[in-house]
Amino acid sequence: MKRRDFLKSVSGLAAGAALPAVPQVISSAYADARSETLLIVSEGGPNNLDIHGVGTNVPGYEVSWNCYDRLISHEMKAGPGGVPYYDRDKFKGELAEEFKIDDMSVTFKLKKNAKFHDGTPVTAKDVKWSLDRAVSVGGFPTFQMSAGSLTKPEQFVVIDDYTVRVDFLKKDRLTVPDLAVIVPCIVNSELVKKNASEKDPWGLEFTKQQTAGSGAYKVTKWTAGTEVIMERNEDWVGGPLPKIKRVIWRMVPQAGNRRALLERGDADISYELPFKDFQEMKANGKLNVVSLPFSNGIQYIGMNVTKPPFDNVKVRQAIAYALPYQKIMDAVLFGLGNPMFGAPADKATEVAWPQPHKYNTDMEKAKALLAEAGYANGFETTISFDLNFAGVNEPLCVLVQESLAQLGIKTTINKVPGANWRTELNKKEMPLFTNVFSGWLDYPEYFFYWCYHGNNSVFNTMSYKSAEMDKLIDGARTSAATGDKAAYDTDVKGFVDLAFTDVPRIPLYQPFVNVAMQKNISGYQYWFHRRLDYRALAKG
Amino acid sequence: MLTMIGKRLMFAIPSLIGVVIVTFLLTRALPGDPAAYFAGPAATKEAVEQIRKKLGLDRPLIEQFLRYTNDLAHGDFGNSLTTGQPVATEIRNRLPASAELTLLGLIVSIVIAIPLGVLAATRPGSWIDHLCRITTTAGVSLPVFFTGLVLVYVFYFQLGWSPAPLGRLDVFYSAPPTVTGFYLIDTLIARDFEAWRSALSQLVLPATTLAIFSLAPIARMTRASMLAVLASEFVRTARASGLSPTTVIVTYAFRNAMLPVITTLSMVFSFLLGANVLVEKVFAWPGIGSYAVEALISSDFAPVQGFVLTMAVMYVLLNLVIDILYGVIDPRVRLEG
Repeated sequence: MKRRDFLKSVSGLAAGAALPAVPQVISSAYADARSETLLIVSEGGPNNLDIHGVGTNVPGYEVSWNCYDRLISHEMKAGPGGVPYYDRDKFKGELAEEFKIDDMSVTFKLKKNAKFHDGTPVTAKDVKWSLDRAVSVGGFPTFQMSAGSLTKPEQFVVIDDYTVRVDFLKKDRLTVPDLAVIVPCIVNSELVKKNASEKDPWGLEFTKQQTAGSGAYKVTKWTAGTEVIMERNEDWVGGPLPKIKRVIWRMVPQAGNRRALLERGDADISYELPFKDFQEMKANGKLNVVSLPFSNGIQYIGMNVTKPPFDNVKVRQAIAYALPYQKIMDAVLFGLGNPMFGAPADKATEVAWPQPHKYNTDMEKAKALLAEAGYANGFETTISFDLNFAGVNEPLCVLVQESLAQLGIKTTINKVPGANWRTELNKKEMPLFTNVFSGWLDYPEYFFYWCYHGNNSVFNTMSYKSAEMDKLIDGARTSAATGDKAAYDTDVKGFVDLAFTDVPRIPLYQPFVNVAMQKNISGYQYWFHRRLDYRALAKG
Repeated sequence: MLTMIGKRLMFAIPSLIGVVIVTFLLTRALPGDPAAYFAGPAATKEAVEQIRKKLGLDRPLIEQFLRYTNDLAHGDFGNSLTTGQPVATEIRNRLPASAELTLLGLIVSIVIAIPLGVLAATRPGSWIDHLCRITTTAGVSLPVFFTGLVLVYVFYFQLGWSPAPLGRLDVFYSAPPTVTGFYLIDTLIARDFEAWRSALSQLVLPATTLAIFSLAPIARMTRASMLAVLASEFVRTARASGLSPTTVIVTYAFRNAMLPVITTLSMVFSFLLGANVLVEKVFAWPGIGSYAVEALISSDFAPVQGFVLTMAVMYVLLNLVIDILYGVIDPRVRLEG
């Protein structure tokens, strides 16, 4: 009997330990909060709330975009599938009431009722201080500003309290668009200066932890790596008052859980899911899945042209004929990408980028070209990829490896950890690799300037140098600035053709940005930065 | 007792110094260049060099080390580059989350495993012995992230009994004012029972996941050590003297079987801290495990060093506690000490 008592007490204990899950109590206040709040789940979160900070990551750009204003922004147009897509060529004022573009300058008149989150009015001196800051802090922001020939503080001139002029250094078609990207955001200069120190004259430590802007939202709580909470700025004048009152952005590292949260209706929006999940969610129709092409972006196979065997153009063309393009589209992307291969042989080159090249999988041609180049028996090489994007890169490289094996080319796959990837790219020693490049500014000459020009920027990952290519790219930049359409068209067609015959890199596809959201969420807009714009979103 | 604690702590100092040196060198030996990583996608060589200078990575290794130890002596663990926060603050904020989860997992596990082990030992070959064998084998052979995902799939996605795996609290509750950092205790102090319930329901699945994983060693060790003790002569004598089975098992056998179990517990606790890394990932738990892994992936030195150091200190303290417990359970240890 005693033993039985003991048993009983023990099993009682065990049952007590396995506490039943408590079902959620939904009070009415809770339900109200839910309908005005947007819950976003994503893999990573910001490491800095200020895009001018040292090493601010991409999620940090999203905070900056929604919490700070710029002088100007883009209009929207109907994009693929009717989804609003930013209009590259049309600008509207955000903090600027009006702006006038002259021959060698642009003048902005500020909205007089614009206020920062702490209530101080936005004035011309804030604009100047912020733009000075962007061109002076160094690192990415300064680099991005220089892409639009904005490099010197003297270029930003205060005319009166509400008027600012930006002088052009030289004629450059990218100067005005570069004022509408995320970087030239307007910061509350008095507030930040108060919190700056001698060691940190631009107050980067202060703006890292809190937003000091005039944007539609302000960060009220940020726990790095866990969540960001943003509240609407009721006095925003940059556009119509946003419908969403509160944004809760939670970091959920597990992709499977993000999908579960969406399908159970607990989370409102998520991105960064595997393509297969997006494809399945699209098919079952419970959620809205938006897939739009990256503007000015391409995933490609690059080859180091400074070293054999890829210094031989015949070898590069052979590889271009040997890649399993369609298999990559089907098995890696599940169709979520725009093919950049297999254009009909008689198709004329367009004045556009990206556009498909004329290579297709053709093993016979590849073998012939390889034999001509003197590698009839193949060779050994290594294909490298960035592990941060292993979901796409790994299967892609396996398919390439398999395909090249048919030509007798033995490829070893080299997985490079994310932290190391940029270093490896910079060394320019990898013989064969896959990577993505996409430019914020959607102009062909911008893409080519970074990726093909002989000044050998970090994105010219192939170390490709060609005097003819440089001449065409420089020509297109000049004719774009002066507005010489005919010369521009010839040059663009010229460099696209050259890029395809010389094939230092083989474009595979234009990737898609995929966003999944509940059916009751509307107003998603595609932006060049590919992050969410909460200001246009609505729920219910 | 106090001299013993003092002595143990003295012994710990050289190992801590060793840990500081080794972690410093190991993090420096990691492949990857933090300057290039944090210079961003569009950095030029000059931009990378600028960042390297800002981070002080252009200095000789010995100088970096001296600066690091000097900062450590002032309680400064450095700044994390990925989250942008001081490491000391992050660890202070995240440690309670991991500790609450691990301790709860361990308690659940002990409460199930020890009685199971004792029962299996008292009736070897019976159904309860087989049950013990099956549960422990199953528990130890399932990887934690798998158990975690299955639990989420069944109890959250399919059945909807469990709340969304979104960390320590439902998104619409705010965290209680920090007293201990343990939400279960802090919400009670703040008398916020709704939040207490939310915190508890968030804990159930991850704690169960950890418990399932740690059942095996505890139950097996309890069973083995109970079997050995039950076969010994003093138990036979106690039985022969007509003592009740409960007194024999609980007072005589169990207390003597405890020592190896306590040792196992300390080992299990350390495994659990490791297993935590994956559980935290699955349940979006804001603990130190997931923090350290993310830092490692991005070659972020400071948090990795901070994490290893914190763990080393915790092990030292844990071992101390175990030693003291030995003394409490077994007077012979006390006498020898």
